Amino acid sequence: MNQYLYHVVLGIVLAPLAGSLIAGLFRNQIGRLGAQYATILGVFISFALSLFVAKAIWLDGISPKDFLGYIWMSGNTIFPFTFKVGFLIDRLSALMMVVVTFVSLLVHIYSIGYMADDDGYQRFFSYISLFTFAMLMLVTADNFLQLFFGWEGVGLVSYLLIGFWFKKESAIQGNLKAFLVNRVGDFGFILGIAVIFTYVGNLDYAAVFSHATELAADKISLFSGTSWSVVTVICILLFVGAMGKSAQVPLHVWLPESMEGPTPISALIHAATMVTAGVFMVARMSPLYELSQTALTLVIVIGATGALFTGLLAIVMNDIKRVVAYSTLSQLGYMMVAMGASAYSAGIFHLATHACFKALLFLGAGSVIMAMHHEQDMRKMGGLWKRMPITYICFLIGTLALCAIPPFAGFYSKDTIIEAAQLSTIPGASYAYYCVLIGAFVTALYSFRAFFLTFHGKPRMDHHTFEHVHETPWVVWVPLVLLAIPSVLLGAFLISPMLYDTHTVLGNSVTVLSQHNVLAEMKHEFHGALAMIPHALLTVTFWLVIAGIFVAWLAYIKMPNLPGWFAQRFSLLYRVFVDKYGFDALNQMVFVKGTKNFGNALFKIGDRKIIDGFFVNGSGISVRWIALRARLAESGYLYHYVTAMILGLLIFLFIMLTSGVID
Amino acid sequence: MNFQFPHFSAALPEIFLLSMTCLVLLTELFMKYSRSVVYVLSQVALLGTAILFILGFNNISYTTFNGHLIFDALGSLLGIFICIIACIAFIYAKHYTRDRNIPNEYYILGLFSTLGMLVMVTAQSFLMIYLGLELLSLPLYAMVALQKDSPTATEAAMKYFVMGAIASGMLLYGLSLLYGVSGSLNLPAVASAITTMPEKQHLVLVFALVFVIAGLGFKLAAAPFHMWAPDVYTGAPTAVTAFLASAPKIAALGMAFRLLITALPQIVSQWHELLIILSVLSITIGNVIAIAQSNLKRMLAYSAIAHIGYMLLGLLSGNAQGYSAALFYILVYSIMSVGGFGMIVLLSRRGFEAENIEDFKGLNSRNPWLAFMMMLLMLSMAGVPPTVGFFAKLLVLKAVVQTQMVWLAVFAVLLAIVGAFYYLRVIKTMYFDAPGDPTPIACASDTRLMISINSLALLVLGIFPGALLEVCRVAFGL
Repeated sequence: MNQYLYHVVLGIVLAPLAGSLIAGLFRNQIGRLGAQYATILGVFISFALSLFVAKAIWLDGISPKDFLGYIWMSGNTIFPFTFKVGFLIDRLSALMMVVVTFVSLLVHIYSIGYMADDDGYQRFFSYISLFTFAMLMLVTADNFLQLFFGWEGVGLVSYLLIGFWFKKESAIQGNLKAFLVNRVGDFGFILGIAVIFTYVGNLDYAAVFSHATELAADKISLFSGTSWSVVTVICILLFVGAMGKSAQVPLHVWLPESMEGPTPISALIHAATMVTAGVFMVARMSPLYELSQTALTLVIVIGATGALFTGLLAIVMNDIKRVVAYSTLSQLGYMMVAMGASAYSAGIFHLATHACFKALLFLGAGSVIMAMHHEQDMRKMGGLWKRMPITYICFLIGTLALCAIPPFAGFYSKDTIIEAAQLSTIPGASYAYYCVLIGAFVTALYSFRAFFLTFHGKPRMDHHTFEHVHETPWVVWVPLVLLAIPSVLLGAFLISPMLYDTHTVLGNSVTVLSQHNVLAEMKHEFHGALAMIPHALLTVTFWLVIAGIFVAWLAYIKMPNLPGWFAQRFSLLYRVFVDKYGFDALNQMVFVKGTKNFGNALFKIGDRKIIDGFFVNGSGISVRWIALRARLAESGYLYHYVTAMILGLLIFLFIMLTSGVID
Repeated sequence: MNFQFPHFSAALPEIFLLSMTCLVLLTELFMKYSRSVVYVLSQVALLGTAILFILGFNNISYTTFNGHLIFDALGSLLGIFICIIACIAFIYAKHYTRDRNIPNEYYILGLFSTLGMLVMVTAQSFLMIYLGLELLSLPLYAMVALQKDSPTATEAAMKYFVMGAIASGMLLYGLSLLYGVSGSLNLPAVASAITTMPEKQHLVLVFALVFVIAGLGFKLAAAPFHMWAPDVYTGAPTAVTAFLASAPKIAALGMAFRLLITALPQIVSQWHELLIILSVLSITIGNVIAIAQSNLKRMLAYSAIAHIGYMLLGLLSGNAQGYSAALFYILVYSIMSVGGFGMIVLLSRRGFEAENIEDFKGLNSRNPWLAFMMMLLMLSMAGVPPTVGFFAKLLVLKAVVQTQMVWLAVFAVLLAIVGAFYYLRVIKTMYFDAPGDPTPIACASDTRLMISINSLALLVLGIFPGALLEVCRVAFGL
């Protein structure tokens, strides 16, 4: 069984890689259809095998397995460390594998329609399969080195895909920004790994976790006079990495820009999978995070800030994809709040439901964009519901799930997070509670704003265009339908097994200390998924959501002049939102300009004055001088060479005889 | 004087190679115009020797010929690699020598030189070391001059010969001083004599050490004894360069192991200090001057100097882990080096030497496979994972860090970044520059296969470094 399962896991990880290589390396030989089928087959194999592993884990109840792929580097006494590729198959990684391969498969199919007219068709399929491979490496890793490999791998493919249309100026800027911001995060991440390596001398999860209590007891002095627990330092550094990858404030600035990539990419990478890597990582590292109250507080505060304040920005965006992008930022904040409140299962639960409904929203938005001939501005849409009914219904389902209306999937996961934040006792939890509570209202407002602007009201494009809008081909809407089903049902089905059963879905793959265990407290209140629905009517959250929807209806259907009036009356607030709290301006001013000025200063002082002036003296003299010396040294004359040798010998003699080593 | 019958089995590979070389020599006399017979026989000689080494490879070590020769894991490992690398160099040389009318003596001299290397790495006395060194060097001088009508080759040979003679003289002087103070030629006997030596004689010892190191430094082409390398590498026919830039380096490290570790372990702190200077100078001079080169052979010559500097980092750490790291480094380097020059050989045609970086412009569009192979070679030289060059650097750096010389490791890493510049420039030239001459490049299938194996080996060893690491570990009995 063991060996058997190992080969299955190997198949899951390598099938997308094989598809990617075939589509990438032989793109001219196999053509568009070949590339499309090779990659879809690869991901399909991966998905089917993931289901098989899921069955083995949840139905057959096998215990977590740690497979050794191969030892990359182990030098015994010469190199007393082991670097390896290994696969940790437990409940958490099995769940992630299913989510990743499911969304990836649907996005592959959807892309057949979306990318149909693109010249880089094979390249696109090759990239998304490569992404799937990297993401699977990340989630199945059993050691930090492989985690880092997957982490950088998804970052690289994300960069390639944001800039997929590399002739488009904004796409190039977007991918550069994503890459640079992620460098900041990854720098923290690798420093965290380095600290682990220094203190434990081993990068395997199992070894690190078994040293967790010692790490918590160890102290490290970062600045003189301060003393930090090593585990806190590790957790914070790793979280910096998660902030970059999962777009947490203030490293969130790259995610909206990443919308310059093709829409299927936004769905797969920038909503459903890659951006959740940080959330996954924190859950995976729960044995470490549990030991550091400081780190948990940081996680919950950063997460809550993102959940509320990026949601507010979505209200003023006009590009349909940007609205969904900001909503992703906000939802990622929710997941981080769950992590900070030690409700890891709830966070992963939200990750899974969010993957479905956010992929649905993105693909739905993509469907609209296709029908509108690549128009993304919602101010030029409206009334589309008649023209594209399937997309309309699917988008509505996604929106309801996002707004946490019972009984849609998002309701169960989000409600749990809000309650967990309320019950959590760690510092910062009450701040987080109010953020996520108000966030529920904001979510409803911006998502229904987008919904009404796009599908209802009067069409705001010319008559001719409106007449030509029609439902998209089946390869596009079938994935929508397939995603709509779990967006409705997943929450109700999963809530009890995920959070409250005796043997939860995640089981012991996450660690929660008893004093942090908010889910155990909530378990007393839980009387089944259906009982939650009438109960919801009595909660503040539900009525806030309804209020949000009502305001959206009022402002965008009933009284369309209201937003304009509002923007005028509160122009300052409006400007703050439109400028995205000035993060971009700050980056531009401080980092971009600062770096430029620093570079210029270096150029002027360093290059011009010191190198040009001092070393080179207007390039000429000095280069000639160095060249002359160099030519003197490498003159080609034998006697010069011999002299140099003899001189070397004499200097050596001099050093040895005077250095006092012999006396 | 009691005569002991020597264990011939210990010297079996050397004896086999000598006999085969004589056979090749005679064959050449009678079949002057049959290149392929000489070529095939030479390859048989080298591969046979390698196989004999492999068959005998184990942990047992014993000496023979009155303690002049040793048979041990280290010697066998070095021997295996010397033979294989020489064999690869011969494959590259096959078409090159034929196209340029370089006589068959290439192979014969090469075989004699290889024999010298084997003697050197299995030597256990000063006498054998010197014998091996001369047997290694003299054929090399002649090989550089094989292309009689080329003035640069002749000039290079002349320089190489004169400087080599001086370096030999230095080494010999150092060895004679050591013999003077210890009264023995046998390496372990010298070591034990030093332990019981009165303090004041240490002055002579250190004096001798400096000369020995100078001799070693010359053979390794470590700065400041490196001056010959760029001229000789550039001037010699490229097929000869491929040979002389790779296998002899392994032998020179073998000699360093024998002299410094077997004979002079008591004054480790002294040679440690000298090697630091050699290493720092080599890394700096090699990497910095390589940037300015437009001739690829010259660039690789300077890169060789830098690589030797990195290898010395392992040696100077003065413990078995460090020695293993140095051994690993030199084995990997020899594969990269023979491949790098082999690529130049491959791209050259009759009357055209592809020795300038310019000549690699747009190689990707002319022959994508070769460009990819060259990229692997360059990445490995720069030390980029997953190629094995990364591990080679990692291991020596780790050895240095372990001996509490973090500054040296930081310095070495910084200059490795400088070094990456000129390797990456070659890659950039191949992939992003428009070719000057757009005709596709064709090359003989056997050399093409060889360069592919050679470059891919760097990748495969990078992904599976375990076996090579293991033998390097065993060689020092760790």
